[in-house]
Amino acid sequence: MQYGLGQSRHGLGNDHGQGVSVMTGLTGNHMGMNLTVDDLDIENVAFFGYCAKGDLRLQKCKENGLVRYPPTTRCPFSGSANYDWVSIEPKGTVYSYNEVHHAIQPAFKGKTPYMLLLVELDTQKGQPTEHDGLRVAGNLVTPDGEMAPPEMVAKVGIGSRMRMVFKQVGEGFALPMWTIDETAKQPEKPWRYAGE
Amino acid sequence: MAMQSDIDASSGKHLAGKYSIVGVGETTYTRGGGRTTRAMATTAIANAMADAGLNADDVDGMLSYSGGDSTPSTFVAGDLGIRLNFYMDVFGGGSSTEALIGIAMGVIEAGMCKTVAIFRSMNGYSQVRIGGTGARSAAPVKGDEIHNRAYGWQSAGQMFAPTFMRHMYDYGTTPEQVAMVKVVHSEHASNNPKAYYKKRYTVDEVLSSRIICKPLHLLDCCVETDNGTCIIVTTTERARDLAKRPAIIRSVVGRCSKPRIDMHYQHGPISTVAGHYAKNILFPNAGLGPEDVDVTAAYDAFTFTSMLQLEDYGFCKKGEGGHYVSSGITRLGGKRPNNTSGGHLCEGYTHGMNMVIENVRQLRGEIDDSCPIGPDGKRQHTYDYREGGCRQVKDVEVTCNMGWANPGTGSAMIMVKG
Repeated sequence: MQYGLGQSRHGLGNDHGQGVSVMTGLTGNHMGMNLTVDDLDIENVAFFGYCAKGDLRLQKCKENGLVRYPPTTRCPFSGSANYDWVSIEPKGTVYSYNEVHHAIQPAFKGKTPYMLLLVELDTQKGQPTEHDGLRVAGNLVTPDGEMAPPEMVAKVGIGSRMRMVFKQVGEGFALPMWTIDETAKQPEKPWRYAGE
Repeated sequence: MAMQSDIDASSGKHLAGKYSIVGVGETTYTRGGGRTTRAMATTAIANAMADAGLNADDVDGMLSYSGGDSTPSTFVAGDLGIRLNFYMDVFGGGSSTEALIGIAMGVIEAGMCKTVAIFRSMNGYSQVRIGGTGARSAAPVKGDEIHNRAYGWQSAGQMFAPTFMRHMYDYGTTPEQVAMVKVVHSEHASNNPKAYYKKRYTVDEVLSSRIICKPLHLLDCCVETDNGTCIIVTTTERARDLAKRPAIIRSVVGRCSKPRIDMHYQHGPISTVAGHYAKNILFPNAGLGPEDVDVTAAYDAFTFTSMLQLEDYGFCKKGEGGHYVSSGITRLGGKRPNNTSGGHLCEGYTHGMNMVIENVRQLRGEIDDSCPIGPDGKRQHTYDYREGGCRQVKDVEVTCNMGWANPGTGSAMIMVKG
């Protein structure tokens, strides 16, 4: 499989990426949480639908060729409503994170400590300005998509190299998640919060 | 598209000084106060009207903000016998205070009404807790929310933590430095009889409290309380006839934002917050700079939020916020005290209102501490800032409020002595 910005592969039977001819909403369940995407929310329906196929796709503006995350109705850099869904290499570097020890939502009560990672994709790093990047959210999970155990949480920090895994939560509905990229060169000591 | 940098937002200098805060009022700061938001709102407004020397016929505008956890202006105004020429109840939490003050100025300027009472009433402990705990924590996760809530990325602390972490990474900011925000604000609260938490804390106590969400310990987080608060805005000309010395508004910024606030982490540096942009409206419009400010109130939902704002508004160099808040400058008796009431970390949680109320009283020289009241009925401030003592800063001429919604959005206001 090839990845990259130059490539525009059209999934779900649509040529323009502006929604899909026959689109329905999505319903799912993740760790007891009910997740729903309304059928009118065509951008999120498409995004999570591609995830269900193991394909990270983002919207690429037809005007300036820039990709954005999360899904939006228009390009934040051009204002254009015209885009294609393009496959993106689902790899990157931890840009920042949080590590939750006191969960708020019932679904996460038994999962602490858990990590929320903002992973900066290798694609389009530092574009269109040095301050921009595609920082994709997800939990730290095991390669098979389960919430990471404490010993795995302790290994990850800013600079860690990650690859995406997709957690199926319903029919045609998956969430992007992050796991350690076992094949990548990892930093000797990723940056972690000092007070531990 | 025009770049943001091409747009000069620092217009409206002709309004500098034209409007003032003339009355402030609040309920007690409690947990489980047993009062409705309607009852607390009417008490806070009645107190602010009494403070200003206004009666129901003098107030004809009302603004409030909430997250659906308050009582609308219609009920509140009705209870107080106020006939409104203008009202609006808006959605919002932190950063709304200064933004609504600006809106109040705008509607008076537009001739829509003459005097506006702004209130925030919340049972933030006993009814709707801001962290999203309780029934709301188990609500279905829909649409755009899936990109955060489905990951257990929901409460304010959880949402802001990547900014706080990245600041430590980018600049070497230490947990000990940031803990000093709580230490200093707790010192101030110990001199505030109405503060919910009056106990003084040490750095060790902050750092040994349990981790909620790294890098936040329990004591890096603000309190949750039940309270109503009110601020009354009118023209400075009208203010001259009222009971108290006005706090004159020199400039105001409302919900100024970083790029990409659909998810602001897409645009870095993420260790920079909205104050970076807001300061370019705030100071030029006031005709003043950070060096002119005597007292600051930087929204302290967390220790970090105070630090980040003080830094990005230019009270110190970028990256030196950790040093600034641990240097003693922000203490009562220091060069530029911050949050002299104890703020959200100690006094009570009001989504920004109590920090404006405190600065109005600082500018009047009428801080409500434990100093003795003289024969003229006025408090005789001792300027002895030891525990249980004075909280009034000497000779306050200029204050700066910095309100926080999230790292991507903030509001601000500069007031001067009337």
